[in-house]
Amino acid sequence: MSKEPLLTVKNLRQHFKISRNFTVKAVNGVSFQIYPGETYGLVGESGSGKTTIGRSIIRLYDPTAGEVIFSGHKISGALKKDTRQMLRKDMQMIFQDPMSSLNPRKKIADIIGEGLDIHKLYATPVERNAIISSILQQVGLSPLHATRYPQQFSGGQRQRIGIARALVMNPKLIIADECISALDVSIQAQVVNLMKDIQAKTGCAYLFIAHDLSMVKYISDRIGVLHRGYLVETGTTDEIFTSPLHPYTKSLLSAVPLPNPHLEKKRLLLPYTATEADYEGRAWRQVSATHGVLA
Amino acid sequence: MTDNILSVRGLDITFRTNAGDIHAIRGVDIDLPRGKTVAIVGESGSGKSVTMKAVTGLLDDNSRVNGGQIIYRVDGKEIDLLTLSQRELRRRINGKHISMVFQDPMTSLDPTMTIGAQIMEGMFLHQNLSKKTALQKATELLQLVGINEAEKRLKNYPHQLSGGMRQRVVIAMALATEPQVLICDEPTTALDVTIQARILDLIQIVQEKMGLSVVYITHDLGVVAKVADFVSIMYAGKIVERGTVEDIFYDPRHPYTWGLLSAMPDLNTTEARLYSIPGSPPNLLHEPPGDAFAARNEFALAIDEKAAPPFFQISATHAAATWLLHPDAPKVEMPSALRARIERLKEESGHE
Repeated sequence: MSKEPLLTVKNLRQHFKISRNFTVKAVNGVSFQIYPGETYGLVGESGSGKTTIGRSIIRLYDPTAGEVIFSGHKISGALKKDTRQMLRKDMQMIFQDPMSSLNPRKKIADIIGEGLDIHKLYATPVERNAIISSILQQVGLSPLHATRYPQQFSGGQRQRIGIARALVMNPKLIIADECISALDVSIQAQVVNLMKDIQAKTGCAYLFIAHDLSMVKYISDRIGVLHRGYLVETGTTDEIFTSPLHPYTKSLLSAVPLPNPHLEKKRLLLPYTATEADYEGRAWRQVSATHGVLA
Repeated sequence: MTDNILSVRGLDITFRTNAGDIHAIRGVDIDLPRGKTVAIVGESGSGKSVTMKAVTGLLDDNSRVNGGQIIYRVDGKEIDLLTLSQRELRRRINGKHISMVFQDPMTSLDPTMTIGAQIMEGMFLHQNLSKKTALQKATELLQLVGINEAEKRLKNYPHQLSGGMRQRVVIAMALATEPQVLICDEPTTALDVTIQARILDLIQIVQEKMGLSVVYITHDLGVVAKVADFVSIMYAGKIVERGTVEDIFYDPRHPYTWGLLSAMPDLNTTEARLYSIPGSPPNLLHEPPGDAFAARNEFALAIDEKAAPPFFQISATHAAATWLLHPDAPKVEMPSALRARIERLKEESGHE
């Protein structure tokens, strides 16, 4: 890992003030890096802050504290106009629910072309159509689909449209927030294969946020495990799955359903009950170059 | 196969829509043995939920039941649920005998009622309990489903609980009237793995305690492996394979089952690409003349285009509807990658 990281997240905190005396501390000092062309999986139970991290990085939220550096530019805090444009172009997001993330009153061509329009990435309308047609083909749809509306597509097809919308900007980093959780098993496989093909072709990096550990293991190069807003362990996929150190990681792994009835019926859940208070002030311990754990 | 508490026979349902009639259920047979768990597995739109909604009389208004029987056996009597009116079904069967747990705990609870009132509603309606005994029973139920400080929680509204807690409340509600049959429609799809594992454990504990018979509707094969005794695989409104959980996982025979098992990565999957079933499910607005799966089936035979395959019995418990099992059909083996994986699964379970 001698390459320069594409994205560096340092001590990211994201708090939401609900009232004068109640603040939700969704993310508490999370640090990790993503290198160009790799897939970083972020796993954790609901409420662990994984979606919040994704949204803070792409600036759907304003981070409370900490630093986010994306291809050499600081993208936390106040944004200069050119940094903002770079961020909006080079980082894209695929959302969880393909039913609600596409504007039902827009045609597919306009949904995909919106970014192109804003950043003026084409010279003539003919070129715009050509870009949209080619991106539709890349995600396995037909250019004829460009004039249809989202409700005319199935869930798997809509998620492909979501991917096309992200891809058309030729981003360096795609944040995929639970992008396959809402799909059927056989369709999940299609979408994951598509994401892998695209990565091989364009060399983009993924921040893959999910709670399905078997799929995360399959797609990720490195994984970060979140619990209650703290990153409790990070390492390569092998390290996390073969030698997990943190008790929460072990508990999470014990909960993964196995498609094997004989084993599955005997499986025991490892209990885990730590709360935010237990994590406060814990030091980060680096076990190897790639493997670290919250002590 | 004598003691089935619930038997669906030849169920056939169409939905009227503006585009035309959709033949959603095309002859479904399912047996639920008393005290056992049956899982119905299939993609969205395969008709697994519709089948169970027919059992509970919750079908949408634009549906028409063309034929079939749903036999419910209680106290030595047989009742065909399809002959009952919706009112009778709600008065006599639902809740009292058959309860249902839905996928989304947020929409299956009433946001304007405390959870205590919602749990007790069925008890007042079906069991004529006094307020005091109902309250006591509701407290016990909440404890049974693993909610601490039950008395306090009874006064909470749904929005004050987390997703996993809400699903526990829904289960407590379903169990409040001591049903014989519990139908769980994707009970854990909206929850994450740790909570999912706890909810599934909970349903199993309750099942043992109360001697429930349970139907799971799911597309998650990991869940199936954990809970099911018997499995029915459903595709385009028909059952395509049924058997014990061992039959389906260790000796699948239908190409669609092969596809489903191959598409799911487990923690040992290392292949560069996941197997995915090509294409998408057929539109039942235009019912295919032959085998509905033929268009997506790489092993399809010429006859699949013309005639739908009947069930071929493989063993006493195991049957599959595919022409590949016909004595005259060419010998087709399951994909070698899946074969290798099943061998590995068998080996792993042998070691333990």
